[in-house]
Amino acid sequence: MKFRAFLISTALTAVTISYGTLGHAADIKEVQMLHWWTSGGEAAALDVIKQAVAKQGYAWKDVPVAGGGGGAAMTTLKANVAAGNPPTASQILGYYALEYAEQGSLADISSLADKDGWDKVVPVALQKFAKTNGKWGAVPINIHSVNWIWLNKAVMEKIGGTEPKNFDEFVALLDKAKKGGVIPLALGGQPWQEATMFDSIVASTGGTEFYKKAFVDLDEGALKSDTMKKAFDNLAKLRDYVDPNYTGRDWNLATAMVIKGDALVQVMGDWAKGEFAAAHKEAGKDYLCYRFPGTDGSVFYNSDMFAFFKVPADRQAAQLALAQVTMNPDVQSAFNVIKGSVPARTDVSDAAFDICGKKGIADVKTANAKGTFFGSLAQNYAQPPAIATAYYDVVTKFMHGGIKTSDIAVTELVKAINAAK
Amino acid sequence: MTAMTEREAATAMARRKLGPSLRGWFQDWLPRLVLAPSFLLVLVFVYGFNLWTLFLSFTSSKAFPTTNLVGFTNYVRLWNWTFETDPPSNWYTALVNMGLFGGLYIFFCLFLGLLLAILLDQKIRGEGILRPIYLYPLALSFIVTGTAWKLFLDPRIGLENALHEWGWTSFHFDWVVDPQMMIYCVAIAGIWQSSGFVMAMFLAGLRGVDGEILKAAQIDGASTYQTYRRIVIPIIRPVFFSALIVLAHMAIKSYDLVLSVTGKNPGGAAELPSTFMYSYTFTRNQMAVGSASAVIMLMTIAAIMVPYIYSETREQSR
Repeated sequence: MKFRAFLISTALTAVTISYGTLGHAADIKEVQMLHWWTSGGEAAALDVIKQAVAKQGYAWKDVPVAGGGGGAAMTTLKANVAAGNPPTASQILGYYALEYAEQGSLADISSLADKDGWDKVVPVALQKFAKTNGKWGAVPINIHSVNWIWLNKAVMEKIGGTEPKNFDEFVALLDKAKKGGVIPLALGGQPWQEATMFDSIVASTGGTEFYKKAFVDLDEGALKSDTMKKAFDNLAKLRDYVDPNYTGRDWNLATAMVIKGDALVQVMGDWAKGEFAAAHKEAGKDYLCYRFPGTDGSVFYNSDMFAFFKVPADRQAAQLALAQVTMNPDVQSAFNVIKGSVPARTDVSDAAFDICGKKGIADVKTANAKGTFFGSLAQNYAQPPAIATAYYDVVTKFMHGGIKTSDIAVTELVKAINAAK
Repeated sequence: MTAMTEREAATAMARRKLGPSLRGWFQDWLPRLVLAPSFLLVLVFVYGFNLWTLFLSFTSSKAFPTTNLVGFTNYVRLWNWTFETDPPSNWYTALVNMGLFGGLYIFFCLFLGLLLAILLDQKIRGEGILRPIYLYPLALSFIVTGTAWKLFLDPRIGLENALHEWGWTSFHFDWVVDPQMMIYCVAIAGIWQSSGFVMAMFLAGLRGVDGEILKAAQIDGASTYQTYRRIVIPIIRPVFFSALIVLAHMAIKSYDLVLSVTGKNPGGAAELPSTFMYSYTFTRNQMAVGSASAVIMLMTIAAIMVPYIYSETREQSR
């Protein structure tokens, strides 16, 4: 414990030096926002919230900490919170929000939540991360989901393909593409990408109920089952359709292959839409989006949230203003149209979205109602990061030949997950 | 008047008496005072944390440090992993890769560095331009070097693609996307980055060699090869020592280079002890195992360095 306090204070010193101004100008009419949305599209999306907050009469104090995955931002946040000097709000991912909530660092904004009826409009599975012991401490701004496939429409027409409804049809479609002389599957051979694709394969092979049992409940019987073995075998099948140079490729380069028509399809979360948008491609016209074959009706999500920390009384008004703005349906709509994700409340109109966004919104609604809305293991929303990393390990070793059979793969999976618990 | 001068003389004498002792006191203490903060920092942040890591490696720490001692359990786990080859454990891969990467990196950096330095030392024209060109890669961070080499070696967009477009269609070089071979690409990028720096070290050493000795060798009829082999290289042996220390620690601590060249460790094939240590300590909730691996890394460096430093210092004092 002492060591942690020491480490944190060391980190804090470093952080105070670099972010010296953060928090010293405690002002009632100011919102300090720590985030890692620094790329073009992300910053444009955040601007929507910035404008809305300004309309409420609050100044916006940006505290960006660059680094895609948010690792650096989380370190900065930890130091600030430990020093008793938290920002008004911070971008955060599920398990980190839970950590702070359990530690008692999060504010209670339940009064606002009750007034606006968030309980009814935010998907139940997401509330697990936003709400601790019945108190709202964080709000979700969007929902991404991983069980999507993205296809180049021109290539699809050239090979005469139709939407695949199950895994076998998907393989048949990939075969068609192979015969047609294009790379069937654009994949980036990095552990997290392979694992993200495997999330969908598991759900497609064993069904949503099996996914929940294996990845949400970590049921050892399910993890070792023949169904899981079959999922690994299905992953091996897909390996036959990637180009030989896929190892280590970044996800956006794989998306670019689909955009350019070098490849037919990519299995990726809906952040891939941002790449299509940046290339001025239109959903339905230039590219197609389907749910991963066999997972239609289910949504495996990850989400960006804003966590609200315990702040002095004179800063609470700003906090509530930001929370209210964030959960405003119009803001959620405008933000997510730019970000490529789906609003985190189910009552937002889909009028402003393209057909992929419309489908995403409808899917979240039905999945939430049917109870088929689950966190993605690969994206750290089904289990804490330690278990996701162990999962990456097994999937990527299987994919690249380190683990040779699906029998060994499931044994290794159980072993790795138990070690990470 | 006389009284004044007497008094002045007295104070002057007193000052003279006081002066040296105060100055002497300062001369004694100033270096210690100046060095004290950095000494203290090194003591706490290097040696203190070394001991702390050593302690953690004997505990059952998972996500957070605990003081629950479990003896050698974590070392036993690492030891078992060392022989777990099918499927290869992360630790086994890390050790094999360390041997391959470290060996190639150190050997080729020394070899190329020395070769370049000797060639540059032939009093050629344009040395002033050539030297910074070779040194320049050092100005880049490893992550930039790694990303650039990854793109350059990528068969689809880099070297292979370019040569295919120029007509050499049988050319095939896909190490960077082959999990078995990618560690060699990491070595290539590392060697490119560091050999210029080693060259500069050797060049400085070569310039320090007394010209008289070389002339004497020439008069005795020694060939250029013999001069370098028998005279120059033995003289600049301490440079080898410095270069080896610099390269060895760069090899063992390299982290960003391997991640950027290989694209985040696909297939778990690009593990190094440093990446192993980081991921087990900070993302896999196995802090004790991570600490044990860190201790093993430290002992490995010590096993190489201590005998070397010992023999070198003994020779100097003789």
